Amino acid sequence: MHRLLIVLCLAWLGVAGAQEARPMAEDPVLEAKVMRIAEELRCLVCQNETIAASHAELAVDLRKQIRQKLQQGQSQQQILDFMVQRYGEFVLYRPPVKSSTWLLWGGPFLLLGAALVGLVMSIRRRRVPASEPLPRDEAERARRLLGEEKG
Amino acid sequence: MKRYLLPLLVFAVMVGFLGVGLKLNPREVPSPLIDKPAPAFSLPRLDAPDRQLALQDMKGKVWLLNVWASWCVACRVEHPLLVELANTGVVPIYGLNYKDKRDEALVWLGRHGNPYVASLIDAEGLVGIDFGVYGVPETFVIDKDGIIRLKHIGPVTPEVLRDTILPLVKKLNA
Repeated sequence: MHRLLIVLCLAWLGVAGAQEARPMAEDPVLEAKVMRIAEELRCLVCQNETIAASHAELAVDLRKQIRQKLQQGQSQQQILDFMVQRYGEFVLYRPPVKSSTWLLWGGPFLLLGAALVGLVMSIRRRRVPASEPLPRDEAERARRLLGEEKG
Repeated sequence: MKRYLLPLLVFAVMVGFLGVGLKLNPREVPSPLIDKPAPAFSLPRLDAPDRQLALQDMKGKVWLLNVWASWCVACRVEHPLLVELANTGVVPIYGLNYKDKRDEALVWLGRHGNPYVASLIDAEGLVGIDFGVYGVPETFVIDKDGIIRLKHIGPVTPEVLRDTILPLVKKLNA
């Protein structure tokens, strides 16, 4: 059973590797640039993938667009703007920080802060109150008992 | 009793968020093109590839642009509805034949009926990219000035047609 799993995993790795290698064009420098921009863009067909990682037909087409635009001398920002104009800001894999996304960016830190406050409060509550001095008779008794033990 | 109040509150808020999340459809990405001029195009007609049809040719009328392809399974679902709509003559439907082969597209129209005034050949899908198409079928409502007023992603259902598209067409024609 284990062996089968390992074989399957290795087979999958082989397949994945083969697919990664395919889109390399004749110009590796240009291709690296295409991929760097493609990694900033979300594939709308398979939304959790970037255009660089996706094998959907639309992703292939959009990579082609990026390649053409780079060859025409457009900058990364121009290409990203081109995509946002057509597909909306959702296409950006890293959403810009602005008023409509501050909760998205700040939310995790807000939660972390709330959790820390909660933690501190619960630790404070649980701490044993500082021990008051024993009443005299009890202290006497304790001393006697301790003394007996020693002696 | 009080110590359970806070976890319960947190739980209720989470249920609220997750409940809303369940109702949202992540496949429907709002288009930035709504209320913007439709991207210009000039494409060969499917029935007569030597003749071009351009955005300017549609000026002055409210029309639907339906993105379709013979390889698109979901297109077959909405197709009878489009044929029916075309028969009523309420609004002209133009097709954008997206990344298709011409002969296969013609066979498909022959088999399922042709609701389109004309279909445009977008073999490379470039006009599709300009319209922000990411899933076929998609349907756009474009007004007399060439402004995109609605984008519907996925098959047009009788409900969408009755409750959204037709009222909008009526309003734009008024």
